[in-house]
Amino acid sequence: MINKTVSGVQEACQGIKDGMTFMLGGFGLSGIPENSIAELVRLNVKDVTCVSNNAGVDDFGLGQLLQKKQIKKMISSYVGENAEFERQMLSGELDVELIPQGTLAQRCQAAQSGIPAFYTPAGYGTEVAEGKESREFHGKMHILEKAFEADFAFVKAWKGDAAGNLVFKGSARNFNPNMCGAAKITVAEVEELLPVGVLDPNQIHIPGIFVQRIFQGEKYEKRIEQLTVRKRS
Amino acid sequence: MALTKEQIAQRIAKEVKDGYYVNLGIGIPTLVANFVQEDLDVDFQSENGVLGMGPFPFEGEEDPDLINAGKQTITTLPGASFFDSAMSFSMIRGQHVDLTILGAMEVSQNGDIANWKIPGKMVKGMGGAMDLVASAENIIVAMMHTNRAGESKLLKECSLPLTGVKCVKKIVSNLAVIEIVDGSFKLLERAPGVSVEEIREATEGNLIVDGDIPEMQF
Repeated sequence: MINKTVSGVQEACQGIKDGMTFMLGGFGLSGIPENSIAELVRLNVKDVTCVSNNAGVDDFGLGQLLQKKQIKKMISSYVGENAEFERQMLSGELDVELIPQGTLAQRCQAAQSGIPAFYTPAGYGTEVAEGKESREFHGKMHILEKAFEADFAFVKAWKGDAAGNLVFKGSARNFNPNMCGAAKITVAEVEELLPVGVLDPNQIHIPGIFVQRIFQGEKYEKRIEQLTVRKRS
Repeated sequence: MALTKEQIAQRIAKEVKDGYYVNLGIGIPTLVANFVQEDLDVDFQSENGVLGMGPFPFEGEEDPDLINAGKQTITTLPGASFFDSAMSFSMIRGQHVDLTILGAMEVSQNGDIANWKIPGKMVKGMGGAMDLVASAENIIVAMMHTNRAGESKLLKECSLPLTGVKCVKKIVSNLAVIEIVDGSFKLLERAPGVSVEEIREATEGNLIVDGDIPEMQF
């Protein structure tokens, strides 16, 4: 067993520099690497490019990095929940590349899998296709999209073990598995870090080979963006 | 009378057939789930990685690790599954989802759709909409026929940045059910009490009216 355990978030973030490209898992605020984001805020790393489906809300998630103007460029599919993000984007302070959600996931997956580029029909005939190669397959037009190149991937899982194996919970899985192994270094934070042998190999979602550093997060706020409930009748 | 948003959802629910996997967009489409006949076996897919979505949770039973694409807390039904985003879009681009229902700001008479950006004003992003419209065989758009200023949203050509080209097959608006046929809007049904003339007036694109147009049934 190759031990991937680090002492905590500070050791997990060693080697982080200004100008790097990060991938961050999560959909909305669900399944975001809360502890790693807090450390990026504390380190005050600047001019970074972030690949993340969303940009958090004003005071939580990636919104905290935006508030401190640490982000140079965001690559996302949907940014509707963040007023500061919209302000920085419309004023030109922040460079934003909006891309289709499935393309975002597949560009992560391609990086993980050693596939440099792929064709997808998503975005053909739209702004997204501008400057990209297009080609017809089976009578339908597709555009060429490239794998991401990132320095660090920060993912969050429910359970993990010292070997770096990960298990996710519910819809907090989202982009996290696709980002594992898609950057030079993958940092996984987990709610519960277990000794090897406890997790059933049949139930592991991401094998430890895709993870370089793993630690148990100190605490998880798990903020809910849109609390919707029904009344008990 | 023009339909309410709930009535638009109710009319669209009639398009949902037994055995369908259905993806619902944010807004009016989300309401469709409330009106699908209970005796049908239908699975709802949420692009953030859920198949077999159930209703909203009871108060106190919400789980931050279980949300839909609109970031709302949800539940799952027996037989549900969770998966990652890449697999979710394999279901969508791979045409394993039978029906996609989404909102639109504009639709053109050749089936182009715009729903993700108003340059200089509103930039929220496309989310999964571009993947959905590029791949789905069966797309129904839920929308208001006109904007707040009374201007048509069913146009000859979209004025806003496109989400997809030649992909919309059917529209259910607050005034009408319309099919896109050979580069025109073909009127299929009228909202109760709404005349063909009112629909024609609210439609900038080419509207085909063939024979008597029935009122919608719910």
